[in-house]
Amino acid sequence: MPALVGTISLALALALALYGATAAIVGVRTGRPRVIESARTTAYSLLALVVVANLAMLAALLANDFSLKYVALNSSRATPTFFKVLALWSADEGSLLLWNLVLGGYLAAVAFRFRRSRPETFPWALAVMFGVSAFYLLLVLGPTTPFATLATAPADGRGPLPLLQNHPLMAAHPPMLYLGFIGFTVPFAFAIAALITGRVSDAWIRITRRWTIAAWIFLTVGLTLGALWSYSVLGWGGYWAWDPVENVALLPWLTATAFLHSVMVQERRGMLKVWNLSLIVGTFALTVLGTFLTRGSILASVHTFAESIVGPLYLVFLTVVLLGGFGLIAWRREALRGEAAFDTPLSRESVFLGNNVLLLVLMFTVLVGTIYPLLAEAVTNQKVSVGSPFFNRNTAPVALLLMFLMGIGPLLPWRAASLSAVLRRLQVPVWAAAAVAAVLAIAGTGAAAVVVFGLAAFVATATVTEMVRGVRAQRRAHGYSVAAATRAAVSRNHRLYGGLVVHLGLIVAVVGVSWAALSDRSSELTIARGHVVHAEGYDLRFDGLSARDEPQRRVLVANLTVLDPASGEEVVRLHPSLNLYPASSEPIGTPSIRIGTPLNGMVDLYASLVTFDNPSRATFRFFVNPGIGLLWLGGLVMALGGVVAAFPTRHRASGVPGPETATERREQVRV
Amino acid sequence: MSTDAPPKEERFEPDETAEDFGPRRRRSRTRTIAIVLAPLVLFALLLATGLGKDPRALPSELIGKPAPGFSLPRLDADGTIDSKDLDGQVVVLNFWASWCLPCRQEHDDLEAVWGRYRERGVVVLGVLFEDTPEGAMGFRQELGGDWPIAADPGSKTAIAYGVFGVPETFVIAPDGTIAAKTTGAVTYEWLTDEIEAALRKGNLE
Amino acid sequence: MSGRTRSIALIVGAVIVVGIAALFASARAGRTASLGDRAHEIASGLRCPVCLNLSVADSPSRLAGEMRSEIQTRLRAGQSPDQIRAFFIDRYGEWILLEPPRSGLNWVPWAVPIVALVSGVAIWVAVVRRPETGLQEPG
Repeated sequence: MPALVGTISLALALALALYGATAAIVGVRTGRPRVIESARTTAYSLLALVVVANLAMLAALLANDFSLKYVALNSSRATPTFFKVLALWSADEGSLLLWNLVLGGYLAAVAFRFRRSRPETFPWALAVMFGVSAFYLLLVLGPTTPFATLATAPADGRGPLPLLQNHPLMAAHPPMLYLGFIGFTVPFAFAIAALITGRVSDAWIRITRRWTIAAWIFLTVGLTLGALWSYSVLGWGGYWAWDPVENVALLPWLTATAFLHSVMVQERRGMLKVWNLSLIVGTFALTVLGTFLTRGSILASVHTFAESIVGPLYLVFLTVVLLGGFGLIAWRREALRGEAAFDTPLSRESVFLGNNVLLLVLMFTVLVGTIYPLLAEAVTNQKVSVGSPFFNRNTAPVALLLMFLMGIGPLLPWRAASLSAVLRRLQVPVWAAAAVAAVLAIAGTGAAAVVVFGLAAFVATATVTEMVRGVRAQRRAHGYSVAAATRAAVSRNHRLYGGLVVHLGLIVAVVGVSWAALSDRSSELTIARGHVVHAEGYDLRFDGLSARDEPQRRVLVANLTVLDPASGEEVVRLHPSLNLYPASSEPIGTPSIRIGTPLNGMVDLYASLVTFDNPSRATFRFFVNPGIGLLWLGGLVMALGGVVAAFPTRHRASGVPGPETATERREQVRV
Repeated sequence: MSTDAPPKEERFEPDETAEDFGPRRRRSRTRTIAIVLAPLVLFALLLATGLGKDPRALPSELIGKPAPGFSLPRLDADGTIDSKDLDGQVVVLNFWASWCLPCRQEHDDLEAVWGRYRERGVVVLGVLFEDTPEGAMGFRQELGGDWPIAADPGSKTAIAYGVFGVPETFVIAPDGTIAAKTTGAVTYEWLTDEIEAALRKGNLE
Repeated sequence: MSGRTRSIALIVGAVIVVGIAALFASARAGRTASLGDRAHEIASGLRCPVCLNLSVADSPSRLAGEMRSEIQTRLRAGQSPDQIRAFFIDRYGEWILLEPPRSGLNWVPWAVPIVALVSGVAIWVAVVRRPETGLQEPG
């Protein structure tokens, strides 16, 4: 029954998607607004049908309907209800259901947003979105349908993959990622519509700006959650392995970040039109590449989705997107001429261009590293690996350069800066950097720490001084209190302040990442029960194993007490465990973490249980990870900054956020 | 000219449309399009080469090379089993574990091969991978089988053979070289083919 | 001194301080690597066969742990890092290295990031220097 309901609603949804795309195009070509309107309202019905399909699968999971192959493979009677719900998107076919749901949601949201007034490009944008929807509906109906049935239903299911039911974070990570990836469909659709109709001014950017920021926010949160999941669940003490699937999620984030900067250049100066269109086509194409590499079984990775035969379909779709998108841009090149030029290297536009260049360099580096094994095998028929050492080594210098630009960008006004004004603004941040560098050097932390944290101090100081300047200007002009002045400053230029907050968040995250990376304190130790071993500045005592039986697994918990070597006092009791699932090939470890807070010096104490010969001797990995908490905090702050930036900046006559202070106005002169 | 959407009325203001261009510009436009699209097509072709290949399949480095020696404690009896004792015989070296599902699937095939070829001096040897003796004996009790099984302390033999998962099965020829290897559950047909080939090679020498 | 000159001087001074600090810091660092450190370094360059995309040093799997102790045993026996790496390559193939050896086609991943950065900077310089197109700018 659920299979029938699910399949029929998806098939109807596909028919509606095809109808919607056709009607939108026919309506706009023949000038019949009522046809366009019928296409628009079709979006609502499409969403409703996809919701029904998702609910059908959910019902089957909750009811233990093992006649559905997907339920039999990914759920079991013993699986807790929470994880049964999660099973909806924990495997390939089911996650496609979620993908279609999010896509349908965005489609309906676009239809709703433009229900009363809409731009000329709307019908084409609608058609593009229906087209994308049709593709993903075709996929979920075709080879990788979650509603495939088994001839004889087994008595019980296999249950979800153990790694996927170890942690409730699985709940949020895929939906956030999908809201991010799929969100970029909206600006992509409007960009294509602009190219098709030839209406290639800034309108498509302005129409979709908040959608793009929202998608970026979701993707940032999704990536942060992914790192958090890797850290809290996988037990290797790290959070980013440069796994192909991680990399392809990062790629559209890089291009989208570049895009969010370069559109500001286009809006103010009319430059970089081709560039911005290419960035948004590229971002969308990268999300398709991401699904292709994740689900098409092309590269071996931690995210082992089931083998599927949909690779060619994804590849065809990706090719259509790439050729269609870039072909249209090339076709319209004449109309996309820039209207101005850069005045001088010393301007915010130039820094934004530098930001774009560096982000694209990062993108290419990660892309080549990820795809290279494919190329190598195609040419030499040899399997090779490209792993963390390559990525870490090649991204670090570019990241440092980007940090530098983050620091000076907000200090430079648009158009051109007077050199003396810039230098004046640089003084405090640069001396903050020097002070931090000197302190760290004397403390003996090593050259890398000196450079990274000095740079971080530079950026943080520059960013904060810019915020303070704006607030102070409001106070001087209107005599506000600090709170009112802040509110006034932010509301006059949400994008600027939102952006500054995002930069601060990123610096916090970078500080956390660098601090952890430069510390590298970890040991593997075997401890007999009752004995104490010294490691990484702490005393560790193994207090024995205990077992706990749960419906879907057996949990073996090791009790590890961490002691302060000086005082002998207990610092924390850690409980790393090994989980034995009936259908799994290896016991899955769950690490135990004492989270770092400002009270304990931001140091995570992290232990995972590797193995035990017998209950009286166990092998652990013990990590002392400083600064990891800053990574999660930084991600959160970045997302909040994005929210601030997404608010509309109120009623300026020219609509473009203007100079902040009289000083800035005076400084807009050529050097 | 361009406005941010004001609250009261929405104005998605009219844009300039692309002007029409003459024939010479059209030709150069076609060329621009071709130049832009060519690398994208190459990229798509590169990705296409990855289709249809199993990303986890790894060719074995050891085919044709001398099989690494071993001396392993037996699980089904006392003492050790030494590779030197098996010199001159065809050996089916099967890495397995009790927690491994495909190992259950291949169990009957191994048993059939053992039954058919043991008279001819072929030895089936199961080497335990990342498992406990209790788990192994429990598996034996449940599924049967009486070919020798041995433990692999520290997984030294597994590493020596380049094993990265179970099940993996090697066929060692009488001259001590590795004749064949497969990953995943082994089948009766594959085993008999390889054993016969190895036996033939042995008889020729 | 004019304001501009003083600003330049202060900034240059600060940069010099940072540079000296970095040099000072790098001079103080550097200790002889212990056996554990050397083993860790070799293990960081090998790919865990079980937990794909994690290094043998990082991987929590049991096989990785056993590979780590194998590395330590061989180091203690006096083998060089290259010999130990060759041992694993002989059995698992070049795939076991986390970075492809610099031979044949493998110069591509090595060169691309550098080429990309250099071309990126060149593009930035070229675009920023492009002359005014002469068209009216929007208000």
